[in-house]
Amino acid sequence: MMVSEATGMSKLHMAIFAVLLAFLVALPFFVYPVFAMKVMCFALFAAAFNLLLGFGGLLSFGHAAYFGGASYVAAHAAKVWGLTPELAVLCGTAAAAVLGLVIGSLAIRRQGIYFAMVTLAFAQMIYFLALQLPFTGGEDGLQSVPRGRLFGIFSLQDSLPLYFFVLAVTLGGILFLYRVVHSPFGQVLKAIRENEPRAISLGYDVNRYKLMVFVLSATFAGLAGAVKSQVFQLASLTDVHWSMSGEVVLMALLGGMGTIFGPLVGAAIVVSMQNYFATFGAWVTVMQGVIFVLGVLLFREGLIGVLSRWLKRPL
Amino acid sequence: MSVMLEARGLTKEFKGFVAVNRVDLRVEKGSIHALIGPNGAGKTTCFNLLTKFLQPTSGTITYDGRDITRLAPAEIARLGLVRSFQISAVFPELSVLQNVRVALQRKRGESYDFWRSEAFLRRYDDEARHHINEVGLSDFTDHRAAELSYGRKRALEIAATLALDPDMLLLDEPMAGMAQADVERISALIRRVAVNRTILMVEHNLSVVANLSDRITVLARGEILAEGDYATVSKNPDVIDAYIGAGHA
Repeated sequence: MMVSEATGMSKLHMAIFAVLLAFLVALPFFVYPVFAMKVMCFALFAAAFNLLLGFGGLLSFGHAAYFGGASYVAAHAAKVWGLTPELAVLCGTAAAAVLGLVIGSLAIRRQGIYFAMVTLAFAQMIYFLALQLPFTGGEDGLQSVPRGRLFGIFSLQDSLPLYFFVLAVTLGGILFLYRVVHSPFGQVLKAIRENEPRAISLGYDVNRYKLMVFVLSATFAGLAGAVKSQVFQLASLTDVHWSMSGEVVLMALLGGMGTIFGPLVGAAIVVSMQNYFATFGAWVTVMQGVIFVLGVLLFREGLIGVLSRWLKRPL
Repeated sequence: MSVMLEARGLTKEFKGFVAVNRVDLRVEKGSIHALIGPNGAGKTTCFNLLTKFLQPTSGTITYDGRDITRLAPAEIARLGLVRSFQISAVFPELSVLQNVRVALQRKRGESYDFWRSEAFLRRYDDEARHHINEVGLSDFTDHRAAELSYGRKRALEIAATLALDPDMLLLDEPMAGMAQADVERISALIRRVAVNRTILMVEHNLSVVANLSDRITVLARGEILAEGDYATVSKNPDVIDAYIGAGHA
């Protein structure tokens, strides 16, 4: 596979990203922009989660804490502190990074299912805080967050300018995650995932790498949550609920964990289902369950994972 | 000759069971030293203690004059004391070239750079190819490690280990489960690698290490039974007894 020296990207991946960009630029003229923005936020969330699971080999069951935690902080920053959208998003993202550092440094001491349980336990604490703290609005969450002006200049009141802001941030985040996977650091990460004792015997402090990938993953999950709060002008308990942690696992597995484009496809499928099947009410979760079971049974490597095996190309 | 690795009174207890009991071991600089013993003799425990994958209950370990008893396994690897594994230790989904590059990039210290392109690692390609060539794998450079045969995986592991340019190698049953042809190939490789290096290898069978090692320590039931060169050790009645007693000649 030829990899460009400047971008570190193979020609195929560059072409896919170019098509994706063109598609996303045209998208708001065909579908409801808020829906498209929701998909993009979740695509970034799933990609961040996949960095940890697919490339770090660590299954976190508490990623709602970073996604939701950041959305609360960003909403609060925009609504109460009156910050501009980009600063509010930055505050939320930074909060997620700090949270990831604290939780991650405790969680990586355990492995496998214990690691997952520790992350879940902490995420439940964050949920409790979101419910009980005075500034979070309890059951109501933080509502009617103003959209404000980007850099204090460009109004994001209309959905089209907002759409392009969201597109730039989420696609930028996804490209950054791509770079992390294809960096010297990413290479070591894959080595640790493949054979941890061997990586240790080569002299790598594996816990430092695990903590770093954990923080990176939490940070970008936070970025996704922070942007989402600006789009929906809302931070709610749904974002920090454990079922959100489960949903992102679903997205990554359905699309194909450890692939580049799988989580994006997985996120698009899950969000579309929730959106277009909304009329079926509570049956959405049942349908989601059936699709997930079928997906796991038929495509164990996920949709993009299977496609990648057929084409014999990493996707 | 000076001592490269020394264990004094090395003891490991597991919930009342003493797996390794007051073992004193001195590995001379530049020698090939073998640690052998029948099943359950405590070889693997002893090996894991020396490589720091296990913490000793008591006793001290010094490496090149430095106390390493309390160091982490990754730390001693950075001091130049590198171990191998019984099950061949490669990164299966990485290519042969990438396997060796991962070893090379650790020494240079840009392995935390998550913002840099992977293409940056190409600067190690020539050096990696040199090590791959050394172990006779140049035809497989771009293959995934998982596709290699057992003997070739072992060779790849050695190439990656040599890329670290260690002063001392600890080999955990390097010939385990190998066909005779492979045993000879790996023996020759170990002998070549041993130039200017110190090697401690754990083996099950005395015969395998006969022509390879300068000194042999025999372990049985967690304690040292005999020590010396092959001629001395193989005639020792206690050693013969331990092996026959355990069902091996």
